[in-house]
Amino acid sequence: MIGQATRPDAGGAPPAYPEREPDRPGADDAPPPGGVTQAAQAAAPGGDRAQYGVCAFLALVGGLVIADALRIGHAISPADPIGPKPVPILLGALLLVVAVVYAVDVVRGGRGEPEAGEDVDLTTPIDWRTVLLLIGAFLVNAVLIDRLGWVISGALLFWGSAFALGNRHHVRNLLIAVVLSLVTFYTFAIGLGVSLPAGVLQGIL
Amino acid sequence: MDNLSNLLDGFANVVTPMNLLIALLGVTIGTAVGVLPGIGPAMTVALLLPVTYGMEPTQAFIMFAGIFYGGMYGGSTTSILLNTPGESSSVVTAIEGNKMAKAGRAAQALATAAIGSFVAGTIATLLLVVVTPPVVAFAIGLGAPDYFALMLLSFVAVTAVLGASRVRGFASLLLGLVIGMVGIDMVSGQQRLTLGVPQLADGIDVVVVAVGIFAVGEALWIAAHLRRRAAEVIEVGRPWMGRQDWQRSWKPWLRGTAYGFPFGALPAGGAEIPTFLSYATEKKLTKHPEEFGRGAIEGVAGPEAANNASAAGTLVPMLAIGLPTNATAAVMLAAFQQYGIQPGPLLFERESGLVWTLIASLFVGNLLLLVLNLPLAPVWARLLRIPRPYLYAGILFFASMGAYAVNAAPFDLFLLLALGLLGFGMRRFGLPILPLIVGVILGPRAELQGRRALQLSGGELHGLLGGWVSWSIYATIAVVLLWPLIGRHVVRPLRERLIG
Repeated sequence: MIGQATRPDAGGAPPAYPEREPDRPGADDAPPPGGVTQAAQAAAPGGDRAQYGVCAFLALVGGLVIADALRIGHAISPADPIGPKPVPILLGALLLVVAVVYAVDVVRGGRGEPEAGEDVDLTTPIDWRTVLLLIGAFLVNAVLIDRLGWVISGALLFWGSAFALGNRHHVRNLLIAVVLSLVTFYTFAIGLGVSLPAGVLQGIL
Repeated sequence: MDNLSNLLDGFANVVTPMNLLIALLGVTIGTAVGVLPGIGPAMTVALLLPVTYGMEPTQAFIMFAGIFYGGMYGGSTTSILLNTPGESSSVVTAIEGNKMAKAGRAAQALATAAIGSFVAGTIATLLLVVVTPPVVAFAIGLGAPDYFALMLLSFVAVTAVLGASRVRGFASLLLGLVIGMVGIDMVSGQQRLTLGVPQLADGIDVVVVAVGIFAVGEALWIAAHLRRRAAEVIEVGRPWMGRQDWQRSWKPWLRGTAYGFPFGALPAGGAEIPTFLSYATEKKLTKHPEEFGRGAIEGVAGPEAANNASAAGTLVPMLAIGLPTNATAAVMLAAFQQYGIQPGPLLFERESGLVWTLIASLFVGNLLLLVLNLPLAPVWARLLRIPRPYLYAGILFFASMGAYAVNAAPFDLFLLLALGLLGFGMRRFGLPILPLIVGVILGPRAELQGRRALQLSGGELHGLLGGWVSWSIYATIAVVLLWPLIGRHVVRPLRERLIG
């Protein structure tokens, strides 16, 4: 779960913390996540420019936090001598600092290593079509859940996600989706006392 | 022995039929999702948080304890039978374990992992019983400045010690602190970062954050890079070990436990370092050095024991001080907060029954896991063949259901997606997840303790420096932060002088 970062060149400076790497076992015969780095580097020669986007995002959040804190009026009292303002201002300032340091790191060739996993193949580029379809299925559920009810919207979510991920057994998937949403609906309502919305099926379920 | 009688009371609570059933359910779900690729124990607990709303806290925690240990067991099955590293803590198990499996010794690899996990889990839980009460006794005398310092140490430790890039760790931590700050300030009643959205006034629910970052973010990330040809699963029968395997395994189990527990209990130990240390030790001590790299059983037994012992170790700071040191402990801490229970020294006074039942259920869960895992390994292995579209569609399905059930508000689903996209971006750019989640959970408490400390001093900054405890914690923080400099300018010249 821990993100790794590598710094391939760093202008002759020693790697960040060599002391703390407790002699990676089997490095000679079983490359742990090493192959991943090479793949990512091959995919993006000349540095990972998109990282500047992360810096911009951090700076934006930092600015937003400071702006929001300045909006807060005078709210200190003897019971709370520092008030609600200083902490967000401190956090905002730190975010701006981190954004700058991050950018410097990127300029010097620093690069975050994408997270690996059992089902993750980092040699392929990001498959945006799948991701966007999944987001679409997710949003359909969010918009429809109160109107149509969980049984219909949840089934659409599962069916749509399976479709987005490349499964083409439409009828079988629909069956699985409906069964799943029905089972969860009744488990929640009866077993756990938390009710999911019935929507248009109110009175039928 | 007061604690012993408490523990026995805890056992009496666990062995009621209903609670045993819940423990069994917990370890079954834990093992199943631990085996499933792409789902770690942290995500499992996060996904199941909403399901436990209707349960009593005691039962919910019996279940979480089962999931916690079960997830560890399941993870080793995956790393032995599939040659793709999943979680960082099971990377080491995969090195020798997968070689053993390929050489037709999958049954022995699974057996030494399961029995080693049982041995390590039992010893480490015993250590937990012994170590926690003194830590509680120490922590109960701490004041607001000391707690503030401890939480700062926790932030710095998860950010600067674990993970490879400090700046990325701090970026993640700060984002978490900002997310934790959204909502009405507890002291002054002022709205912060709510952007005029009424649904944000109560803050962003920790469940939504955990499910968004762990489940939705992970599912989207895997979907973006889904391996089109599923990895090859190695066939396995019922796990068993011969006489020689036992002889070669028992010492690595004990040594692995000795590495794992202390590292787990430290604020920034984690499971990665002790598993590597255990592997290196076994490689040095083995009588069969030629087997290392080709499937040596010691290389599975030691790291797997270290992994499990470290999991038990993380419960010491979590229960005694309220500091999470890994992702699963962080999510469990969020679960405590859902029930209005604040982990920390007072927990042992106020909720003594709950805590000791939880600890007793760890012993019971561990035993259940051994019974469940040895005969059923082939069944679990079949889970590795689940069609990936169903797996990840199911994660999104359950994530949406759980996040909606928290407040019955569709707004939370949009929030969930936004957090999922944040989690996606963090995985893409190699930002570690743990600092963010620790920031979300501990941030508000750190601010509260800090302001409380300053209240006592009338706003003067010296209020943050309590007694010798906070002084020494700040000294530790300074050493951790300055370590790269100290390493370069003090340690290395010294070493060179000694050698030269």
